[in-house]
Amino acid sequence: MTAAPYTYDDLLPLMRRAVDPLYGPEDSTLDVIWTLYDRILDVTPATADDIARDRFYLSKGHNAHAFYSVLTAKGFIPAEWMDTAFGPDSRLGTHPDRTLVPGAEISAGSLGHGLPLAVGTALGLRAQGVDAHLYVLIGDAELDEGSNHEAIAYAGATSLGALTVIVLDNDSASHGWPGGIASRFTAHGWTATDTDGRDHDAIEKAVRAHDGRHPHVVIARATSRI
Amino acid sequence: MTTTATRAMRDVFLDTTAALIDENPRVALVLADISSGVPQVVRAAKAHPDRVINVGIREALMVGTGGGLAIAGLRPIVHSYAPFLVERAYEQIKLDFEHQGVGGILVSIGASYDRAAAGYTHFSPADVSLFDNLPGEWIVHVPGHPGEVEGPLREAAATDDRVYMRLSIAANGVPRETGGKLLPVKDGDGPLVIAVGSTLDAVLAAAEGTGWRVAYANTVRPFDTEGLRAMAGRDVVIVEPYHEGTSAHVLSEALADRPHRLLSIGVKRVDLHLYGSAADHDRHHGLDAASLSARIGAFAR
Repeated sequence: MTAAPYTYDDLLPLMRRAVDPLYGPEDSTLDVIWTLYDRILDVTPATADDIARDRFYLSKGHNAHAFYSVLTAKGFIPAEWMDTAFGPDSRLGTHPDRTLVPGAEISAGSLGHGLPLAVGTALGLRAQGVDAHLYVLIGDAELDEGSNHEAIAYAGATSLGALTVIVLDNDSASHGWPGGIASRFTAHGWTATDTDGRDHDAIEKAVRAHDGRHPHVVIARATSRI
Repeated sequence: MTTTATRAMRDVFLDTTAALIDENPRVALVLADISSGVPQVVRAAKAHPDRVINVGIREALMVGTGGGLAIAGLRPIVHSYAPFLVERAYEQIKLDFEHQGVGGILVSIGASYDRAAAGYTHFSPADVSLFDNLPGEWIVHVPGHPGEVEGPLREAAATDDRVYMRLSIAANGVPRETGGKLLPVKDGDGPLVIAVGSTLDAVLAAAEGTGWRVAYANTVRPFDTEGLRAMAGRDVVIVEPYHEGTSAHVLSEALADRPHRLLSIGVKRVDLHLYGSAADHDRHHGLDAASLSARIGAFAR
């Protein structure tokens, strides 16, 4: 395993190498994704097919810029891919495709699919006696999708302790979450921690706050700087 | 469509699935309450709590969970009432199985109008054509008898294919072994009439005393186009227990290089707002023997 070729300071320049013809890059999720790959997830390009690896499911697929820059920094994909991203021969779309992108665990784009998929994968790993953790990143507006609430209720009722959801709260849910986002989870038996979505130490502490017996949610507040 | 079998397709499906869960550590059953209280499922859940998963009445989660299990390397069997499995969770079928590049076995009950008295909310005549709109090479089984369920299910469990099994309480009098091919059932010098699944007995009753040739299919995707080309003359009829014309594009393409006439018979695209029995609805849609006799007879003249 060679050392990762890039550091955190390279992420924004890497993101800017990928030019989306319709939308500019958005970096609200960058620090959460970076902290997960840099400090939390037990996965490297060398263990990307290991059944016992930790898994990160980017359900909020439109944050592909930030995700690809972290995958590049951690050696999953070559930096040159960023220069041709979203083009006719590129493996990198504005929503990641797991059949095309090394390190992408799910194909995302339509909202509300990552958490139910993660519930299934957590159950499947448990059935095989595999002790791995799953981290799912969704947005506060994505939380509107009813499929998330099906999964939140079920994961809580069955104590899926291998599951951690990070809700990136950039205040974009049209009707807000009166009473707080965390209450949607804690009502079903999840543990919850709020954090600043830019502070790496705080993110790490919030993510590690799970007790392993209940599913855990981290509400991370951040808005895009670019 | 007649209802004669004493042990229904669903019973055979659940017996076989419980046995598969015992035999194969990859097989998992995912439910949304429906069928969760059936004794063989209760037993299987007790013996293998990690692989018998009832998510409650949450069909989007049910199918998403199936996809997630497949990503983890398991072989999910996802089962519910047809409209809730296929229509309510259609995007999950498209994205959580097919687009992720993983396989699974989806098994429905209820068919087009098994529980006619329950009304339109419980009807699923569009299911097979919905799978036709997915590019992911789904294998579609439409068994016509409970005895035609176990073989394809065991075969499916041993692969990573994407498979849909459409179970019904409607059944023919005897099971038939097709091996996925078009099976000749009656010879003659008239049109080739292909009966799909539980429509066969009504087709055979209508064909009595005629020159129609009758063939039987219980695997409709992939359709046995080789068998079709070998058997078909100029006139071809297909009778399907779901939306009329569902297989027309497959048959037309298979016969595109030769002059032919095709008559498609199936469930009409209409919300009748009617209850009653499945036999009543067979008549409403022209799938009873008398209606088939009249319509195919007119086409054959």
